[in-house]
Formats: sequence, structure tokens, C-alpha cells
Amino acid sequence: MRKTVNQKAWFFILPVLVLVAFNAILPLMTVVNYSVQETFGNNEFFWAGLIWFEQVISSPRFHDSLIRQLIFTFSILAIEIPLGVIIALAMPRKGMWVSVCLVLMALPLLIPWNVVGAMWNIFALPDIGLMGYTLNAIGFDFNFTRQIEDAWFTLLLMDVWHWTSLVVLLAYAGLVSIPDAYYQAARIDGASSWAIFRYIQLPKMKRVLTIAVLLRFMDSFNIYTEPFVLTGGGPGNSTTLLSIDLVKIALGQFDLGPAAAMSLIYFLIILLLSWVFYTLMMRNEE
Amino acid sequence: MARITLDNLGHAYMPNPQAPADWALQQLDFEFADGGAYALLGPSGCGKTTLLNIISGLLVPSRGRVLFDGEDMTTRDPAARNIAQVFQFPVIYDTMTVRQNLAFPLRNRGVPAAEIDARVREIAEMTDLTEMLDQRASGLTADGKQKISLGRGLVRDDVNVIMFDEPLTVIDPHLKWQLRSKLKELHRRIDRTMIYVTHDQIEALTFADRVVLMKDGGVVQIGTPVELFERPAHTFVGHFIGSPGMNLLPCIMAGDKAMIGDTAVSAANAAAVKPGGSLEIGIRPEFVSFADKGLPVRVTRVMNAGRYRIVETVTGSGETVKLLASNEDAVPSDATHLSFDPAFTRIYRNGWLAGEGRDA
Amino acid sequence: MALELKSVAKQVDGEVHIHPTDLTLAPGSFNVLLGTTLSGKTTLMQLMAGLERPTSGQIWFDGRDVTGVSVQKRNVSMVYQQFINYPNLSVYANIASPLKLARIDKAEINRRVMEMAELMRLTPMLDRRPSELSGGQQQRTAMARALVKDADLVLLDEPLANLDFKLREELRDELPRLFADRNCIAVYATTEPMEALLFGGNTATLHEGRVTQFGPTMESYQHPRDLISAQVFSEPPMNAAKVTKQGGEFLLGDSIRWQADASTVALADGSYRLGVRPHRVTIRPDGAQPVAIRGHVRIAELSGSESTVHFDLSGNDWVSLSTGVHDFDIGAEAEFHMDVSRAMYFDDAGHLVGAAGGRSD
Repeated sequence: MRKTVNQKAWFFILPVLVLVAFNAILPLMTVVNYSVQETFGNNEFFWAGLIWFEQVISSPRFHDSLIRQLIFTFSILAIEIPLGVIIALAMPRKGMWVSVCLVLMALPLLIPWNVVGAMWNIFALPDIGLMGYTLNAIGFDFNFTRQIEDAWFTLLLMDVWHWTSLVVLLAYAGLVSIPDAYYQAARIDGASSWAIFRYIQLPKMKRVLTIAVLLRFMDSFNIYTEPFVLTGGGPGNSTTLLSIDLVKIALGQFDLGPAAAMSLIYFLIILLLSWVFYTLMMRNEE
Repeated sequence: MARITLDNLGHAYMPNPQAPADWALQQLDFEFADGGAYALLGPSGCGKTTLLNIISGLLVPSRGRVLFDGEDMTTRDPAARNIAQVFQFPVIYDTMTVRQNLAFPLRNRGVPAAEIDARVREIAEMTDLTEMLDQRASGLTADGKQKISLGRGLVRDDVNVIMFDEPLTVIDPHLKWQLRSKLKELHRRIDRTMIYVTHDQIEALTFADRVVLMKDGGVVQIGTPVELFERPAHTFVGHFIGSPGMNLLPCIMAGDKAMIGDTAVSAANAAAVKPGGSLEIGIRPEFVSFADKGLPVRVTRVMNAGRYRIVETVTGSGETVKLLASNEDAVPSDATHLSFDPAFTRIYRNGWLAGEGRDA
Repeated sequence: MALELKSVAKQVDGEVHIHPTDLTLAPGSFNVLLGTTLSGKTTLMQLMAGLERPTSGQIWFDGRDVTGVSVQKRNVSMVYQQFINYPNLSVYANIASPLKLARIDKAEINRRVMEMAELMRLTPMLDRRPSELSGGQQQRTAMARALVKDADLVLLDEPLANLDFKLREELRDELPRLFADRNCIAVYATTEPMEALLFGGNTATLHEGRVTQFGPTMESYQHPRDLISAQVFSEPPMNAAKVTKQGGEFLLGDSIRWQADASTVALADGSYRLGVRPHRVTIRPDGAQPVAIRGHVRIAELSGSESTVHFDLSGNDWVSLSTGVHDFDIGAEAEFHMDVSRAMYFDDAGHLVGAAGGRSD
């Protein structure tokens, strides 16, 4: 079928464009403005050129939080995507249990982010929290407020608990859209379960998985509330991710210039990596 | 290759079927001969797809057995039955090339690479896919994809039966008859048992040596295309096969003649008609012609179908009788008479062909 | 109330979808657009409806230029290949929906819906939802909705294509009756020559975005203007082969020759394309001037009453269509008879230059 081109359609997205302008473009421009100026308060600004960018890029503090951020993001992607697919594969396709499973899966997504952080904070406390106390009781020396490994463990576990459902729901939607005839044909062709996964389910899930990876990548790179509530970036700076660091610089130290430059670099990194992901995953599409 | 026997087969989708209407497939005993071309024909909901799925093993019947060469296959897995199936919508492995698609069933069965290569070439040649072997399968047109589905069935030489589930549904109309004749040609070349499910009488009649015509979960008639056309066992067969379908006219018996109003008509099976029941004369439009005497009618409509004309007439009692006239025949403009070829005029009692035992 | 297309053309991204087309559809006429998939039928309909704007040219309706007028203001209705109804409304509410939008009073709506339901044989299922209906009934509901508002232009885009064979036959039989007493222009797109023939009216044959011929259906069928129109209007497509005229004789290949008749004898000597419809190539000699030809059989398809034999005639794919059942082995050499008294001759550009007997059917 040939596509219809209707020039009037543009008219309908105008309101959205105006909204986006207020929401995104204006604040972004403000940030760009701050990133090239120096201020000492009283609304007095001086041209500073690219000095903040140089400062941020050469700063070991930025390097450390960027590396922590990358470790965090790639760890949760490496866990949540396969785990989400496995759970989706295991879910029933027909009958009354479908809706039960879907509701259970949706629950973590409905909880406000700060509540998730607070919940896990209490849950993991070594003296009174169910998880923290149990782990200590069975012989692990677990204290996420003191030990770096424990803090990371709790942080990753919290994110997996909170967001794997999203991957499950997307993957499940991809799976149920595969017509029965594909499974029947594969059974007739003598394909093994692995071959069915590899040649039917995975290719048919590819588009939704691409969306899942992109969403999880961008969200986890921006993550702030939950780790802030859970660990506050500590112990020390061990769980200070990029966004936490950024807020510390901007609001804690009120260094608007460096914070603005860091925001822009941060933004460009997300844009670049998202593009790389998308291109890689869509490489073979016609 | 195998002979397929359906032994006292029946299927219901509900747990405790009682009334005949509860059965999606009513009792069926039939044998598909080795190497034959069969069609399961009927309107939507007649049970033809249920039967197909039972034979392929995608569905276990509630009753009866399915035998391949005498071996009970009723509960065996589709992969264990060595069958192939072409579905209504093309099923291909998107990420593979045409070559990999064709090789897939053989690779799953651990056939040596050299042998796979030779088989794939041979089948590609047969299905006109040679030039596309290294293209991505997802880039082909619908008829190309259906050829891949078919090719995956043909590539295995141990296949017992190849089944087609309305395979021409998504094919462009002007390519339909090409693919249709290709399927027929392949059957002639390779001599495998093939079962073709469709609602389209032309596809069924041109493809099959024997047609199983179904309605409401039951088999109405099994026969060659010629038998279905010339000797329908039920008025439904007369209506469903042929375009336009068979004319049906209520009649009564007077001795060995059937009477339509005041007109006596001789019929091939007049002597076999038992008394009672509701009687109808069945005569195909192809076997009706204009005459000087016979059944008085009025011509109401003439439709030109290009190579012939369809003439619609009405009898005195308001029944419609259609007949075919060639472009050269003269068609009377108003009142005229019709004569029926007695060899193809048959009497139906309670819907069934009279005198064949099913018209009780 | 005629619809006129004046040099209407449509291009999308530099690609030609419809070449400049002039077409006048008479008031109250039934018009068929006949062509294969992607020949431009749907685009042409969308242009007529105002769903698409032509790249150039004008569309006039009832003596007014309506080229830029939106579809909402044109009193057009459309029936699609898919059965499109409001799923949560009853059949009655579905049929009544366009009248409600037009703010017609309740009693009048009721009268028109009941009348339309009677005509479409939907009266017993007026309270049902579309999902409880058969495919044929769903499509009848969609058609009732299209017809009930007395549109000036009713467009039907392959409405029977998704129906079972027998249902298609039934609705095809009813359609001309539905349009008989209406003063609307009906346009019906189909890929099947048989549908065009049975509807009568006018037929436009389309090929690759071009209307190759337009006129009364029988006229187009019996007097195709060129080889393409003849092939579009023939199922299976018309057989074609190269022939040479020498004196009063035609020569096909090395050895098949026949006499030109009164309508073709005046053709100049030279080479032509011969066109013979499949049913004029038969297994037994038939017609006024049968000529024997021999070819290798590719496949014979037998229905209960007819035989379709595909064979090779000196490098051309030919099809023979005969009554009766005649089987052939694949590859066998067989003799057929083409009735050249119904043959057509085309020049190198594909234009019809002569038809034996003056017409071909």
C-alpha cells in the first residue's frame, strides 16, 4: 500500500511543539547560557568561554562518577533484559493466570520512586530491616551504609526489583503478538526450543526489546531519587552516580557554571549512547 | 510417504458433547491413498481446519484414531509425524536467507551439509527460487514467501503428507492462478500425498483428484471433481460446487415422472424415489436449454460473463431457473420454454439424492 | 450530477501514482475500475473522494470545481475490503450513524434504516453487534451504512475480496439491484474481470497508474483498444504471440498459417502481435475458423466441468480453456485449436489494428 502524505497533519502537532518548547528547549537554552558564564551572585554574569567544559572533562571527580554511572547502567541492563525475557517466556499465554501475572508484574512500576528508595532503605537496614537482619542472622556480614559492596548490591537489587517488570511487559507484548502458525510451523520443521527462541521469538521481540533497552538505558542513566534516598551516594562517594554528583555541585555548592557544563556533557553522552544502541539493534532491518 | 487412515474420528471443543451440533467434527472414516491429491472444501466453520489440525498433530481428537501406514499416530507430536504444512499467512524465518529457510528442517534433523546443499538447490529449482537463494526471506513478496513455506516441506524426502491451509489467501489475485497451477504441477512431479484446505471451489476442483466436501462438521460427499459436478449427493453440493450453483425446483412424483407444476420432467433417478418426504428437482445451469416445449418460463435477466451468458428465468410459480447460453445462442426476450438434459436431472428427497440410502 | 476528472494526476515523492487522467462518470452510472493490485485503483478512488489532493488537474462535480473541497463536505461514502463497522454499536445503530451525524429527525432515521435493512436482508439482525454476524452480513451492514445517507458518490474498494467464494457470488448478484434505483454515481474497484462483466455498466481498465480504456463494459471487453487493456480484461490473461502477415495469410512460427478474413485482409504485410482469449483455444475444434496448433503441456488443471491446460507455444506461455474433462501428462505434446475468427491483431506499440469478425469475446 502506498502511504498517504497529508501536509495538514503538521498542524496537529503544533500544540505539542509549543509545550516541548516550554518544557525542554527553553530550560536547555538557559543551561547552555549558564555553561559559558561565570557568576558571583546578584545576577551578575561574566563571559567564561569553554572554561567550565575543560574543567569538568579534566576533573577526576567527574571521571569517577561517570565510571560509576556506566558500571551501574550496564550492570542493570545485563541483568534486567535477559531476566525480563526469561520471565516473559515463562508467563502463561492463555487463561485466568494471565491477568494475575500482569497485575503482579505491574505493581512495582506503580510505586513512587522516593517510596521505593525509602522502602529498600528500611528493608536493607542491618538491625531492623527484614533483608538486612536476615542476611546477618544467617552469617553474612551485611551493612549497606558502611560497606561499598553491600551498598552496590542493594542498589542493583532495588533497581532490578523496580524495573525488570517493564522489560517483562514489553517482551510479553512482543511474544503474544506472534501468530500460532509460527510455532506450529517450527514444530513441524522439527525445531528445538532453543531454535524456536533463536529464530522466531527473539527476532519477533527485537523491536520491543530495542525499546526496552533504550528506555532502561536512558532512565538508569538519569536515575536520582532512589539511590539518593537509599544511600545518599555513600558510603563515601562509592554510590555517587552522575545525577547525584550534579545536584551536589549545582545546589550543594551552587557552582552553576560547572554544573551547567556537566549537564550538557551528560546530555550529549546519553544522546550518543542511545544513538549507538539504536543503530546497532536496527542494523539489519530493511 | 504414507497412506493416512481416519478411524471413527470425531472432535468436540467442549468437554461433554451431547447433541450432534456440539461436535466440531462429526464421525469420520476415510483413507487418504498414498500419493493422492485431496481437497477439504467447505464454507467457514465447516470443520475442515479442525480435521487438518488433527492430521498434522496440532490437535488431539476427542474420539477415534489417526493412522499413518497402519501405525497409530493419534497422540504423536507433529515433528514425529514427518509432515509439512503451508499456512494461510506465509510463515518464514525472518532473519534467515531463503537458502537458510529451506535448509532449516534438514539442519534440525542433523543431515550432513553436502546433502543439505544438494537438496536445497534441487527444491529451489523446482519452486523457482534459485535466483533468490541468498536474499533475506523477509524481503520477498507474498507468493515468494509461500513458495519458501512449500519448499521447506518439499526439502525433506521423508515427508508423509504436505498440507495446505488456504495457501492462496494473501496472494495477489493476478498471481493466484500461477501459484495454483504450480502446486498442481509439483504434485504431479513428486507424487507425495497432499491435502489442500479451502473454501474456494475452483482451487479445490483444479487441485484435487478427490474432494472431501464438508458442512457443519460432517462430510457431505467425497468424490472426484467430475462426480461432485455431475452427480451431487446433496442439494448443498449442487449449490456449493459450480458457479452459478445447481437449480432446485420443488416437485411431486406422478408415476415415473416428476411434475413441476403441470410439466412432466424425466429424471435419471426417478425410478428410485421412495414415497413421502419433500422432493426437489436438481439441474445445473449447464444442462438447461431453451426449447419449443417443456417448462414454461419468462426470461427476467441476462448477464454477460464474457465467454458465456447467464440467463435468469422465472417459472409460473415464481421459482428462479438459471441457465448458461453461449455468445452465439439466441436468447428469447420474454416467455419461452426450458428443457432439462435427463441424464443430469436428479431428484432429491429431504435434501439427499434419492435412492442412495441417505435420503431417509 | 456528473463527476469529471480533468487531467488529474498524482505523484508522491516524485513517483507517479496516477498519470494525467480524463474521465467523466455519468449521473446514476455504475462504473468499475478493473486492474491488478497496485495498478492505481485505490489512489484514483481516493482522488475522486477528496481523501487525496491531485498533484495537478481538477475534479468537477455537478458543474462545480471541487478539487480542494474536503471529503466531509462532499457527500461521499466508501466501502472497504475490510468489514469496517462500529464494533460496539448494534447493526441498527451502525446503519443509522451517518443519518444521526446529519441531524435528521428520529422518525425519518427509523424509516430509512428499516427500508435499507429490508433491502439488505438485515432486518432479523438489527439488534446484534457486528461481531455476532457472518462476514457477508458484516459487509452488508457496511454497505447499508454507505447507501443510507443517499451519497452523491459511493466508492466500493474491492468489497467482496475478503468473503467466501459462495458469499461473494451471492452479494455480486445483489449489488446491481441495490444501485438500480439510486441517483448516485457508483465506483467499484476489482481485480476480477468476471465481476466487471457481471455488473455491466462502464469499465475503466487500469494498468500502472494509467486508465487504458473507459467505456460501456461489453464494449471494452469486445473491442479492447490495445493489448494491455485486453490482457487486464481477461482471466487468465489473453494469449499472445508474434505473427507475420504475408499477402492474405497470417503465419505463426514456421508452419502455422491461416487466411485473413474480411475485417483483417486489408492489414498491410508485416509483423503483428496476435491475441486470442483462452476460451477460444480449445482441445476440440470449435468456432468458425479453428486452426490447429501444437505445444508442450506444462500442467492441466481440471475442474468438474472444464479443463484449463497451460502449454508452451513456440516460447510463449499459452492457456487453453475447454469444457469437459481432458487430462494431459506434464511435458506431453498436444494439439489445440485456436479459433482465429475471434482473434485480435495489435501493432508493435500494442494498439489494436484489426479484429477478426470485428469483435473479440
